[in-house]
Amino acid sequence: MGSGIRLESRAISLESEHDIVVARGEVRAMAVALGFRLIDQTRLATVASELARNVVKYAGRGQMIAEPTEGTDGRAGLRLIFEASGRGIPDIPAAMRDGFTTGRGLGQGLPGSQRLMHEFKIESTPERGTRVTVVRWI
Amino acid sequence: MNGSQRIPILKVGRVLVVPVQVDMDDQTVIGLQERILSELERTGARGVLIDISMLEMVDSFIGRMLSDIAAMARIMDARTVVVGIQPAVAITLVELGLELRGVDTVLNVDEGIKLLRAEFGANDEGDEDESGFGGEWNSFGEPSHLA
Repeated sequence: MGSGIRLESRAISLESEHDIVVARGEVRAMAVALGFRLIDQTRLATVASELARNVVKYAGRGQMIAEPTEGTDGRAGLRLIFEASGRGIPDIPAAMRDGFTTGRGLGQGLPGSQRLMHEFKIESTPERGTRVTVVRWI
Repeated sequence: MNGSQRIPILKVGRVLVVPVQVDMDDQTVIGLQERILSELERTGARGVLIDISMLEMVDSFIGRMLSDIAAMARIMDARTVVVGIQPAVAITLVELGLELRGVDTVLNVDEGIKLLRAEFGANDEGDEDESGFGGEWNSFGEPSHLA
């Protein structure tokens, strides 16, 4: 599928609302370059927007790493890692429930993002921080 | 707030037409919402038509703002129609679990105008005549990629 060109990983710092726009734009560009079809470009950009917003809104700052990856079957994919230090998420199962929100949040971000991706992992350490890793395969 | 100034709000007959052609950050979305509401008050428009055919992504924040605009406009006696959602965006919205509550969606601008005019009724077209309405409309144009 892919173009055969090696794509570099990218790290985007997430500190302001504008960085959310930058993150989703960057993810879409990488998805295009990797050969994802339009619907998957849209899924990836949307998930980048949701998760980047979570970082900015709840942790204040953090970063997104977008890295091209390859599955065991040789399929190309795109992995997005969102990292934020801070309190962490005390109750992950609750946060993964549709409609759950702790603030004026939207309650759709985490469970919705999981549905849009093939892989979704959330790790949170109290007082240390949170890392959300998602992958979509071509 | 100033980011939303890049998005025009056009008054066409008794409808406010809002072509969203740029990716919006959160403040731009909030600014746009405020501008639409003050334009509703200022002009007495009865309908809001938001064209998002150029938007490549609608996340939960933008989705909720569209619902909020519709709810607030309704309180101000105006009806909101969102037109031109791209298929990939529609699929993603549903998977995300967003239903755009309270928002009427139609495929294109023509359908949107028909819906709003049906709502106002044939005798309620204000001081705009038929040709002026259509003429201004065409200058805005149908998004070509929908054709």
